Amino acid sequence: MADKSDLVLEVKNLKTVFFTNSGLFKAVDDLSFSVKRGETLAIVGESGCGKSVTALSLMRLVPDPPGRIVGGSVSLEGTDLLALDETQMRRVRGNRISMIFQEPMTSLNPVMRIGDQIVEAVRLHRNISAKQAQNIAVEMLRLVRIPEPARRAREYPHQLSGGMRQRAMIAMALACRPALLIADEPTTALDVTIQAQILALMLDLQKELGTGLVLITHDLGVVAQTAQRVIVMYAGRKVEEASVEALFASPKHPYTRGLMASIPAVPASGVPAQARLNEIPGTVPSLVRLPKGCAFAPRCKLAIKRCEAEYPPLADWGGGHLAACWRAEEVAEVA
Amino acid sequence: MFAYLVRRLFLMLVTLFGISVVIFFLLRIVPGNIVDILFAAAGYVDPADKAELEKQLGIDQPLVAQYLHWIGGLLRGDLGYSYVSEKPALQEILPRIPITARLAGLALLFSASIGIPLGVISAVKQGTKLDYALRVVSLSGLSLPSFWLGLLILTASVAMFGQMPIFNPNPKTWLEAFATYAVPAAAVGFRSAALTMRITRSSMLEVLRQDYIRTARAKGASEAAVNYHHALKNAILPVITVIGIEAAFLIGGLIVTETVFNIPGVARFLVEAIRWRDYPIVQNLVMFIAVVVVFANFTVDMLYAVFDPRIRYSE
Repeated sequence: MADKSDLVLEVKNLKTVFFTNSGLFKAVDDLSFSVKRGETLAIVGESGCGKSVTALSLMRLVPDPPGRIVGGSVSLEGTDLLALDETQMRRVRGNRISMIFQEPMTSLNPVMRIGDQIVEAVRLHRNISAKQAQNIAVEMLRLVRIPEPARRAREYPHQLSGGMRQRAMIAMALACRPALLIADEPTTALDVTIQAQILALMLDLQKELGTGLVLITHDLGVVAQTAQRVIVMYAGRKVEEASVEALFASPKHPYTRGLMASIPAVPASGVPAQARLNEIPGTVPSLVRLPKGCAFAPRCKLAIKRCEAEYPPLADWGGGHLAACWRAEEVAEVA
Repeated sequence: MFAYLVRRLFLMLVTLFGISVVIFFLLRIVPGNIVDILFAAAGYVDPADKAELEKQLGIDQPLVAQYLHWIGGLLRGDLGYSYVSEKPALQEILPRIPITARLAGLALLFSASIGIPLGVISAVKQGTKLDYALRVVSLSGLSLPSFWLGLLILTASVAMFGQMPIFNPNPKTWLEAFATYAVPAAAVGFRSAALTMRITRSSMLEVLRQDYIRTARAKGASEAAVNYHHALKNAILPVITVIGIEAAFLIGGLIVTETVFNIPGVARFLVEAIRWRDYPIVQNLVMFIAVVVVFANFTVDMLYAVFDPRIRYSE
């Protein structure tokens, strides 16, 4: 583990639940992880595994009701965010911790000018004049490589393309130089060519500003390009954590293996294309009625009796490579 | 933008022309004219006298000629003479307009200044006791006809204070003027306020679910800033539409309210003029109301562009 002072974010045993008509479900269950200054941590998993709720929990923006953070701690630069009152938390949001959302088309206020939205973010946290804030806004737009930033600042979101809007979102999120940036599927809604640009931009800025980055995605390709460390989530829990190299070289959890096998391969010339894509059979279990043992067991080819009876603990496979599987040894061998 | 305005003004003229035709002929379809009414009251009818009077008033002419006479006069600023008072129609109508305008303006002010904030509160506190209470009040506002509410207010004030508010034609201070108009304006504005509140609430509920509201919270904006700055600005368009429509409906509400509160405004005057088949008054007054409504609609459309930058009027 890294030196404590180097940690930007330390999450311990985070637990977020939702109270619904069909019962209580644990969207995030006993999740722990940490992010170092300037490090990129990717959180991967399929829809409904708790990635986005984790992000909202860090920002303390889980809609309450029905959701609530019921346990754990989220420590940002040594301050436990879960212990702050709402007013104190507001001073942290957008200032020390910022977030970029999946939908650039709808995440900006349609009736406010781009520049004014950035100005608002800056003036909420810095005691400066409107004129100075306006200059910062234009400077931020320039930083995210929006051409003619001064003119764009006066435009409304509908006058910008999706990629431009996401750049503007990034400019807004980074305007106060936060210690931690959370990006929730920032490129999912964009064209592939724009995706690469946005990712490259985020990584450049992260390096420049030394921001810690939590990148939430379902795209292992994005993970491989950007992250230093990866957390794989399934049904609200962390099932595997490793450095990117270790994860791609030898995944320890059958779910991670399944995810990797599901990536469509580009067939080499002369080799007939694979007839059928690989998939993980079955669906994510209902979070209201989770099985007693491993949540992935019903879909797992390697499942044994013990998997259904007992939840496997996270075991350390060396070098900070954690995996929660009774048969991790065999997975590694198969891989 | 300029081309749009020109086209829009042209369409408004066409609308007003259509309205003038409808008013003119509808009024003639109503059985009886002023001469019938006068002679019926006298109890004796000499057909020659009757024809003489009809000739004097010009209502013996063919309808088309009468219409052209009216429109021609209107375009020259000549509104004709009231059959009843025999004074120029303009002199009869003009002094009454400010009274009704103040009443209508105050009623709209009430409906916007009460309806919009309560709608926001109701949406933000959705599902709480406060929300339910506000919704019950607004439902009662929609269900109570304004004349009935006006009568209730009058009865209550007699029962409680032994007197009722009487219209004061020459208020000396600003406060006196407000007191004169406030009660009838509240009686007629209650309904609009209730409607405005309901529209604001549902529009706000829609907007509060949007992604950019979450973005505003993620920036660290306070709840008040999120609700009033970010959400209300986006939720206001349907509210403006409804207030615009209400401005037109208000005239109908004012007719009975002016009667109940004995206020000498245009609305009550219109009802009396209809009773006497005082064609010059009715025709010109309804035209005036039509102009107001058409301009209210135009204003609403222009306000759309002010509040929503995505709406731009161009060719």
